[in-house]
Amino acid sequence: MDPRPSIIATRFARIKTVIAVASGKGGVGKSMIAATLALSLAKNHRVGLFDLDVYGPSAHLILGASDLQPTEDKGLVPPRISNVSFMSPVFFTQGRASPLRGSDVTNMILELLAITQWRKLDYLILDMPPGIGDETLDVIRFVPNCTFLVVTTPSKVAMGAVDKLLDILQELHRPIIGILENMATEPSPIKDDITKRSLRYLGSLPYDPSLEAALGHPEKILTTPFGQSLRRLLPAIERYETAASSNK
Amino acid sequence: MHEWALAESILAAAEKTATQEHLKTIKELTINLGELQQIDRGILRFALKALADEHPSFTKAKFVFKTEKSQFTCNVCAHTWDYKDLKKTLGATEAEAVHFIPEAALAYVRCVRCGSPDFQITKGRGVTLATVKGT
Ligand SMILES: Nc1ncnc2c1ncn2[C@@H]1O[C@H](COP(=O)(O)OP(=O)(O)OP(=O)(O)O)[C@@H](O)[C@H]1O
Ligand SMILES: [Mg+2]
Ligand SMILES: [Zn+2]
Repeated sequence: MDPRPSIIATRFARIKTVIAVASGKGGVGKSMIAATLALSLAKNHRVGLFDLDVYGPSAHLILGASDLQPTEDKGLVPPRISNVSFMSPVFFTQGRASPLRGSDVTNMILELLAITQWRKLDYLILDMPPGIGDETLDVIRFVPNCTFLVVTTPSKVAMGAVDKLLDILQELHRPIIGILENMATEPSPIKDDITKRSLRYLGSLPYDPSLEAALGHPEKILTTPFGQSLRRLLPAIERYETAASSNK
Repeated sequence: MHEWALAESILAAAEKTATQEHLKTIKELTINLGELQQIDRGILRFALKALADEHPSFTKAKFVFKTEKSQFTCNVCAHTWDYKDLKKTLGATEAEAVHFIPEAALAYVRCVRCGSPDFQITKGRGVTLATVKGT
Protein backbone atom coordinates (compact mmCIF):
# COMPACT_ATOMS: atom_id res chain seq x y z
CA MET A 1 0.00 0.00 0.00
CA ASP A 2 1.23 3.46 -0.89
CA PRO A 3 1.06 5.46 2.35
CA ARG A 4 1.41 8.90 0.78
CA PRO A 5 -2.19 9.66 -0.31
CA SER A 6 -3.36 9.08 3.29
CA ILE A 7 -1.49 12.09 4.66
CA ILE A 8 -2.33 14.68 1.99
CA ALA A 9 -5.54 15.83 3.68
CA THR A 10 -3.53 16.55 6.84
CA ARG A 11 -0.97 18.55 4.86
CA PHE A 12 -3.78 20.64 3.34
CA ALA A 13 -5.83 20.96 6.53
CA ARG A 14 -4.60 24.46 7.32
CA ILE A 15 -4.82 25.82 3.77
CA LYS A 16 -8.00 27.83 3.26
CA THR A 17 -8.07 28.07 -0.53
CA VAL A 18 -6.22 26.15 -3.23
CA ILE A 19 -6.24 27.70 -6.70
CA ALA A 20 -4.86 25.72 -9.65
CA VAL A 21 -3.93 28.08 -12.48
CA ALA A 22 -4.58 25.84 -15.46
CA SER A 23 -5.19 25.82 -19.19
CA GLY A 24 -5.73 23.30 -21.94
CA LYS A 25 -3.10 25.22 -23.90
CA GLY A 26 0.62 25.78 -23.42
CA GLY A 27 2.30 29.17 -23.37
CA VAL A 28 -0.80 31.23 -22.57
CA GLY A 29 0.69 32.74 -19.40
CA LYS A 30 -0.27 30.30 -16.63
CA SER A 31 3.07 30.57 -14.84
CA MET A 32 3.16 34.34 -15.21
CA ILE A 33 -0.36 34.63 -13.81
CA ALA A 34 0.20 32.06 -11.03
CA ALA A 35 3.36 33.78 -9.81
CA THR A 36 1.96 37.30 -10.09
CA LEU A 37 -1.26 36.24 -8.38
CA ALA A 38 0.77 34.74 -5.52
CA LEU A 39 2.88 37.91 -5.21
CA SER A 40 -0.21 40.17 -5.21
CA LEU A 41 -2.13 38.10 -2.68
CA ALA A 42 0.97 37.91 -0.46
CA LYS A 43 0.65 41.64 0.25
CA ASN A 44 -2.30 40.90 2.56
CA HIS A 45 -2.43 37.11 2.98
CA ARG A 46 -0.36 34.04 3.80
CA VAL A 47 0.42 32.58 0.38
CA GLY A 48 2.15 29.54 -1.09
CA LEU A 49 3.12 28.86 -4.71
CA PHE A 50 3.64 25.29 -5.89
CA ASP A 51 5.14 24.71 -9.33
CA LEU A 52 3.66 21.47 -10.64
CA ASP A 53 5.16 21.71 -14.09
CA VAL A 54 7.63 18.87 -13.60
CA TYR A 55 9.02 18.94 -17.17
CA GLY A 56 9.37 22.70 -17.54
CA PRO A 57 9.20 24.38 -14.14
CA SER A 58 9.41 28.13 -14.64
CA ALA A 59 7.91 29.89 -11.60
CA HIS A 60 11.39 30.15 -10.02
CA LEU A 61 12.57 32.18 -13.03
CA ILE A 62 9.66 34.59 -12.67
CA LEU A 63 10.24 34.98 -8.92
CA GLY A 64 14.02 35.19 -9.28
CA ALA A 65 14.33 32.33 -6.81
CA SER A 66 17.90 31.23 -7.36
CA ASP A 67 19.98 29.67 -4.58
CA LEU A 68 16.89 28.78 -2.56
CA GLN A 69 16.32 25.38 -1.00
CA PRO A 70 13.63 23.97 1.28
CA THR A 71 14.60 23.38 4.91
CA GLU A 72 13.90 20.20 6.86
CA ASP A 73 11.51 20.16 9.78
CA LYS A 74 9.30 17.09 9.98
CA GLY A 75 9.20 17.20 6.21
CA LEU A 76 10.25 19.92 3.81
CA VAL A 77 9.44 23.53 4.62
CA PRO A 78 9.26 25.66 1.46
CA PRO A 79 11.65 28.63 1.33
CA ARG A 80 10.10 32.09 1.25
CA ILE A 81 10.61 34.67 -1.42
CA SER A 82 8.81 38.04 -1.45
CA ASN A 83 6.55 36.72 1.31
CA VAL A 84 5.52 33.67 -0.76
CA SER A 85 6.28 30.10 0.41
CA PHE A 86 7.60 28.45 -2.73
CA MET A 87 7.98 24.80 -3.70
CA SER A 88 9.26 23.56 -7.05
CA PRO A 89 10.64 20.36 -8.61
CA VAL A 90 13.62 22.48 -9.62
CA PHE A 91 14.93 22.24 -6.03
CA PHE A 92 15.55 18.54 -6.70
CA THR A 93 16.51 18.45 -10.37
CA GLN A 94 18.74 21.54 -10.23
CA GLY A 95 17.37 22.70 -13.55
CA ARG A 96 18.41 19.52 -15.38
CA ALA A 97 16.07 17.96 -17.91
CA SER A 98 13.92 15.28 -16.27
CA PRO A 99 12.80 12.64 -18.78
CA LEU A 100 9.86 11.33 -16.74
CA ARG A 101 7.25 8.78 -17.74
CA GLY A 102 3.67 9.15 -16.50
CA SER A 103 4.08 7.09 -13.33
CA ASP A 104 7.25 9.03 -12.44
CA VAL A 105 5.30 12.29 -12.70
CA THR A 106 2.62 10.98 -10.36
CA ASN A 107 5.24 9.66 -7.94
CA MET A 108 7.05 12.98 -7.86
CA ILE A 109 3.85 14.93 -7.27
CA LEU A 110 2.63 12.51 -4.59
CA GLU A 111 5.97 12.66 -2.80
CA LEU A 112 5.92 16.47 -2.78
CA LEU A 113 2.29 16.55 -1.63
CA ALA A 114 3.11 14.13 1.20
CA ILE A 115 6.28 15.73 2.55
CA THR A 116 5.79 19.47 2.02
CA GLN A 117 4.84 21.28 5.21
CA TRP A 118 2.95 24.34 3.98
CA ARG A 119 1.64 25.08 7.44
CA LYS A 120 -1.03 27.76 7.68
CA LEU A 121 -1.94 29.46 4.39
CA ASP A 122 -4.80 31.59 3.13
CA TYR A 123 -3.98 30.70 -0.48
CA LEU A 124 -1.97 28.00 -2.16
CA ILE A 125 -1.52 28.72 -5.87
CA LEU A 126 -0.66 25.79 -8.16
CA ASP A 127 1.20 26.55 -11.36
CA MET A 128 -0.06 23.78 -13.64
CA PRO A 129 1.45 22.45 -16.85
CA PRO A 130 -0.82 22.64 -19.92
CA GLY A 131 -3.41 20.04 -20.77
CA ILE A 132 -5.26 17.23 -19.06
CA GLY A 133 -2.31 14.91 -18.41
CA ASP A 134 -0.99 13.26 -15.27
CA GLU A 135 -0.41 16.46 -13.31
CA THR A 136 -3.95 17.75 -13.84
CA LEU A 137 -5.50 14.35 -13.11
CA ASP A 138 -3.34 13.97 -10.00
CA VAL A 139 -4.39 17.38 -8.71
CA ILE A 140 -8.04 16.49 -9.33
CA ARG A 141 -7.55 13.16 -7.56
CA PHE A 142 -5.35 14.08 -4.62
CA VAL A 143 -5.65 17.78 -3.78
CA PRO A 144 -8.63 18.38 -1.52
CA ASN A 145 -10.97 21.27 -2.38
CA CYS A 146 -8.95 22.49 -5.33
CA THR A 147 -10.51 25.34 -7.31
CA PHE A 148 -9.51 26.15 -10.89
CA LEU A 149 -8.62 29.44 -12.49
CA VAL A 150 -8.47 28.79 -16.20
CA VAL A 151 -6.27 30.89 -18.48
CA THR A 152 -6.71 31.39 -22.20
CA THR A 153 -5.66 33.78 -24.93
CA PRO A 154 -8.15 35.26 -27.43
CA SER A 155 -7.11 32.79 -30.15
CA LYS A 156 -9.55 30.14 -31.37
CA VAL A 157 -6.65 27.70 -31.21
CA ALA A 158 -6.19 28.34 -27.48
CA MET A 159 -9.90 28.30 -26.76
CA GLY A 160 -10.25 24.98 -28.63
CA ALA A 161 -7.88 23.29 -26.18
CA VAL A 162 -9.20 25.21 -23.17
CA ASP A 163 -12.74 24.02 -23.98
CA LYS A 164 -11.62 20.44 -23.45
CA LEU A 165 -10.19 21.20 -20.02
CA LEU A 166 -13.41 23.01 -19.11
CA ASP A 167 -15.43 20.00 -20.34
CA ILE A 168 -13.53 17.67 -18.01
CA LEU A 169 -13.64 20.03 -15.02
CA GLN A 170 -17.38 20.55 -15.48
CA GLU A 171 -17.99 16.82 -15.97
CA LEU A 172 -16.15 16.14 -12.71
CA HIS A 173 -17.99 19.01 -10.94
CA ARG A 174 -14.77 20.79 -10.01
CA PRO A 175 -15.17 24.38 -8.84
CA ILE A 176 -14.09 26.79 -11.58
CA ILE A 177 -13.42 30.31 -10.29
CA GLY A 178 -13.58 31.63 -13.83
CA ILE A 179 -11.69 32.23 -17.04
CA LEU A 180 -8.97 34.83 -17.38
CA GLU A 181 -8.12 36.13 -20.84
CA ASN A 182 -4.41 36.87 -21.22
CA MET A 183 -2.76 38.91 -23.99
CA ALA A 184 -6.24 40.18 -24.71
CA THR A 185 -7.65 42.05 -27.68
CA GLU A 186 -10.72 44.30 -27.80
CA PRO A 187 -13.49 43.29 -28.03
CA SER A 188 -13.06 39.84 -26.48
CA PRO A 189 -13.95 37.09 -28.98
CA ILE A 190 -14.40 34.49 -26.22
CA LYS A 191 -16.54 36.22 -23.59
CA ASP A 192 -19.83 34.99 -25.07
CA ASP A 193 -18.70 31.38 -25.29
CA ILE A 194 -17.73 31.46 -21.63
CA THR A 195 -21.01 32.93 -20.41
CA LYS A 196 -22.87 30.38 -22.57
CA ARG A 197 -21.20 27.71 -20.45
CA SER A 198 -22.50 29.49 -17.30
CA LEU A 199 -18.92 30.26 -16.30
CA ARG A 200 -17.49 33.57 -15.13
CA TYR A 201 -15.37 35.68 -17.44
CA LEU A 202 -13.03 37.18 -14.84
CA GLY A 203 -11.51 39.81 -17.10
CA SER A 204 -8.55 40.39 -19.34
CA LEU A 205 -4.84 41.10 -19.06
CA PRO A 206 -3.07 43.14 -21.74
CA TYR A 207 -0.13 42.00 -23.83
CA ASP A 208 2.67 43.76 -21.96
CA PRO A 209 6.04 44.16 -23.71
CA SER A 210 7.60 45.46 -20.47
CA LEU A 211 7.06 42.10 -18.72
CA GLU A 212 10.20 40.40 -20.04
CA ALA A 213 12.51 42.95 -18.41
CA ALA A 214 10.72 42.52 -15.07
CA LEU A 215 11.17 38.73 -14.92
CA GLY A 216 13.06 37.70 -11.80
CA HIS A 217 12.12 40.91 -9.98
CA PRO A 218 8.88 40.43 -8.03
CA GLU A 219 8.42 44.09 -7.11
CA LYS A 220 8.92 45.17 -10.72
CA ILE A 221 6.42 42.61 -12.00
CA LEU A 222 3.75 44.03 -9.69
CA THR A 223 4.21 47.53 -11.11
CA THR A 224 4.01 46.51 -14.80
CA PRO A 225 0.70 47.11 -16.64
CA PHE A 226 0.24 43.31 -16.51
CA GLY A 227 0.79 43.22 -12.74
CA GLN A 228 -1.52 46.16 -12.12
CA SER A 229 -4.26 44.68 -14.30
CA LEU A 230 -4.08 41.42 -12.41
CA ARG A 231 -4.24 43.28 -9.12
CA ARG A 232 -7.50 44.93 -10.25
CA LEU A 233 -8.97 41.47 -10.87
CA LEU A 234 -8.19 40.21 -7.35
CA PRO A 235 -11.58 41.21 -5.89
CA ALA A 236 -13.34 39.02 -8.51
CA ILE A 237 -11.18 36.06 -7.49
CA GLU A 238 -11.54 36.69 -3.75
CA ARG A 239 -15.29 37.20 -4.11
CA TYR A 240 -15.61 33.70 -5.51
CA GLU A 241 -13.77 32.33 -2.49
CA THR A 242 -16.05 34.12 -0.04
CA ALA A 243 -19.11 32.82 -1.89
CA ALA A 244 -17.70 29.29 -1.98
CA SER A 245 -16.80 29.17 1.71
CA SER A 246 -20.16 30.55 2.84
CA ASN A 247 -21.85 27.76 0.84
CA LYS A 248 -20.01 25.09 2.83
CA MET B 1 14.10 14.76 9.01
CA HIS B 2 11.63 14.19 6.23
CA GLU B 3 11.41 10.62 7.57
CA TRP B 4 9.02 12.16 10.09
CA ALA B 5 6.62 13.18 7.30
CA LEU B 6 6.80 9.67 5.85
CA ALA B 7 6.18 8.15 9.30
CA GLU B 8 3.02 10.24 9.57
CA SER B 9 1.86 8.94 6.20
CA ILE B 10 2.56 5.32 7.21
CA LEU B 11 0.48 5.65 10.38
CA ALA B 12 -2.32 7.44 8.54
CA ALA B 13 -2.40 4.63 5.96
CA ALA B 14 -2.27 1.94 8.68
CA GLU B 15 -5.13 3.65 10.46
CA LYS B 16 -7.19 3.52 7.28
CA THR B 17 -6.46 -0.18 6.84
CA ALA B 18 -7.28 -0.83 10.51
CA THR B 19 -10.67 0.87 10.14
CA GLN B 20 -11.45 -1.12 6.97
CA GLU B 21 -10.49 -4.41 8.62
CA HIS B 22 -12.09 -3.57 11.98
CA LEU B 23 -8.82 -3.84 13.90
CA LYS B 24 -8.82 -2.18 17.34
CA THR B 25 -5.23 -2.81 18.36
CA ILE B 26 -2.36 -2.77 15.90
CA LYS B 27 0.34 -5.32 16.70
CA GLU B 28 2.71 -5.08 13.76
CA LEU B 29 3.38 -3.02 10.67
CA THR B 30 5.71 -4.28 7.96
CA ILE B 31 7.24 -1.45 6.00
CA ASN B 32 9.17 -1.93 2.77
CA LEU B 33 11.97 0.52 2.20
CA GLY B 34 13.06 0.89 -1.40
CA GLU B 35 16.84 1.11 -1.53
CA LEU B 36 16.81 4.11 -3.87
CA GLN B 37 15.33 6.49 -1.27
CA GLN B 38 17.99 5.62 1.35
CA ILE B 39 15.65 6.14 4.30
CA ASP B 40 17.37 6.39 7.68
CA ARG B 41 15.80 3.48 9.58
CA GLY B 42 16.81 4.87 12.97
CA ILE B 43 15.06 8.17 12.37
CA LEU B 44 12.03 6.49 10.80
CA ARG B 45 11.68 4.10 13.76
CA PHE B 46 12.08 6.97 16.22
CA ALA B 47 9.38 9.00 14.41
CA LEU B 48 7.00 6.03 14.15
CA LYS B 49 7.38 5.28 17.89
CA ALA B 50 6.89 8.91 18.90
CA LEU B 51 3.77 9.21 16.73
CA ALA B 52 2.44 5.78 17.80
CA ASP B 53 2.64 6.80 21.46
CA GLU B 54 -0.03 9.43 20.81
CA HIS B 55 -2.37 6.90 19.16
CA PRO B 56 -4.22 4.57 21.57
CA SER B 57 -4.51 1.82 18.93
CA PHE B 58 -0.81 1.95 17.98
CA THR B 59 0.96 2.10 21.36
CA LYS B 60 1.82 -1.62 21.26
CA ALA B 61 2.73 -1.74 17.59
CA LYS B 62 5.98 -3.32 16.41
CA PHE B 63 7.63 -1.94 13.31
CA VAL B 64 9.34 -4.36 10.95
CA PHE B 65 11.46 -2.94 8.15
CA LYS B 66 12.38 -4.78 4.98
CA THR B 67 14.75 -3.42 2.38
CA GLU B 68 13.67 -3.80 -1.20
CA LYS B 69 16.66 -3.87 -3.54
CA SER B 70 16.46 -1.33 -6.35
CA GLN B 71 16.45 -2.21 -10.00
CA PHE B 72 16.62 0.12 -12.98
CA THR B 73 15.69 -0.94 -16.51
CA CYS B 74 16.60 0.90 -19.69
CA ASN B 75 13.62 1.47 -22.00
CA VAL B 76 15.94 1.58 -25.01
CA CYS B 77 18.33 -1.39 -24.64
CA ALA B 78 16.58 -3.32 -21.82
CA HIS B 79 19.75 -3.38 -19.72
CA THR B 80 19.12 -3.61 -15.96
CA TRP B 81 21.37 -2.36 -13.19
CA ASP B 82 21.23 -2.01 -9.42
CA TYR B 83 21.67 0.63 -6.73
CA LYS B 84 25.40 -0.03 -6.32
CA ASP B 85 26.01 0.89 -9.97
CA LEU B 86 23.71 3.87 -9.77
CA LYS B 87 25.31 5.27 -6.64
CA LYS B 88 28.72 5.52 -8.31
CA THR B 89 27.38 8.21 -10.62
CA LEU B 90 25.62 10.35 -7.98
CA GLY B 91 27.29 13.27 -6.18
CA ALA B 92 26.35 14.17 -2.59
CA THR B 93 23.81 16.90 -3.47
CA GLU B 94 22.27 14.68 -6.12
CA ALA B 95 21.99 11.76 -3.69
CA GLU B 96 20.23 14.06 -1.23
CA ALA B 97 17.74 15.16 -3.89
CA VAL B 98 17.05 11.49 -4.71
CA HIS B 99 16.52 10.82 -0.99
CA PHE B 100 13.68 13.40 -1.00
CA ILE B 101 12.31 12.67 -4.48
CA PRO B 102 13.55 9.36 -5.94
CA GLU B 103 12.49 10.43 -9.47
CA ALA B 104 15.22 13.06 -9.35
CA ALA B 105 17.47 10.12 -10.29
CA LEU B 106 16.09 10.43 -13.80
CA ALA B 107 17.62 13.89 -14.08
CA TYR B 108 21.09 12.68 -13.09
CA VAL B 109 21.50 9.05 -14.11
CA ARG B 110 21.98 7.48 -17.56
CA CYS B 111 21.78 3.86 -18.67
CA VAL B 112 25.18 2.36 -17.86
CA ARG B 113 25.21 0.43 -21.13
CA CYS B 114 23.78 2.74 -23.84
CA GLY B 115 23.78 6.14 -22.11
CA SER B 116 20.03 6.69 -22.52
CA PRO B 117 18.19 8.90 -20.01
CA ASP B 118 15.02 6.91 -20.74
CA PHE B 119 14.93 4.26 -18.03
CA GLN B 120 12.52 3.04 -15.39
CA ILE B 121 12.80 2.51 -11.67
CA THR B 122 11.48 -1.05 -11.82
CA LYS B 123 12.03 -2.02 -8.17
CA GLY B 124 12.89 -0.52 -4.81
CA ARG B 125 11.75 3.06 -5.24
CA GLY B 126 10.47 4.25 -1.87
CA VAL B 127 8.36 3.55 1.19
CA THR B 128 5.37 1.19 1.09
CA LEU B 129 3.24 -0.29 3.81
CA ALA B 130 3.31 -4.06 3.21
CA THR B 131 1.19 -5.52 6.02
CA VAL B 132 -0.90 -4.36 8.96
CA LYS B 133 -1.48 -6.95 11.69
CA GLY B 134 -3.76 -6.49 14.67
CA THR B 135 -6.81 -7.68 16.54
N1 LIG C 1 0.32 39.44 -20.81
C1 LIG C 1 1.55 39.17 -21.27
N2 LIG C 1 2.25 40.08 -21.96
C2 LIG C 1 3.49 39.80 -22.44
N3 LIG C 1 4.12 38.63 -22.26
C3 LIG C 1 3.47 37.68 -21.58
C4 LIG C 1 2.16 37.89 -21.03
N4 LIG C 1 1.78 36.77 -20.40
C5 LIG C 1 2.80 35.89 -20.51
N5 LIG C 1 3.81 36.43 -21.22
C6 LIG C 1 5.08 35.79 -21.61
O1 LIG C 1 4.74 34.68 -22.44
C7 LIG C 1 5.59 33.57 -22.19
C8 LIG C 1 4.76 32.37 -21.77
O2 LIG C 1 4.20 32.63 -20.49
P1 LIG C 1 4.14 31.51 -19.37
O3 LIG C 1 5.42 30.80 -19.25
O4 LIG C 1 3.57 32.14 -18.16
O5 LIG C 1 3.05 30.56 -20.06
P2 LIG C 1 2.56 29.15 -19.55
O6 LIG C 1 1.13 29.06 -19.91
O7 LIG C 1 2.93 28.96 -18.13
O8 LIG C 1 3.44 28.17 -20.44
P3 LIG C 1 3.59 26.58 -20.26
O9 LIG C 1 2.36 26.01 -20.89
O10 LIG C 1 4.83 26.24 -21.00
O11 LIG C 1 3.67 26.32 -18.79
C9 LIG C 1 6.58 34.04 -21.14
O12 LIG C 1 7.73 34.48 -21.75
C10 LIG C 1 5.85 35.18 -20.44
O13 LIG C 1 6.74 36.11 -19.87
MG1 LIG D 1 4.04 27.39 -17.20
ZN1 LIG E 1 20.29 1.38 -22.32
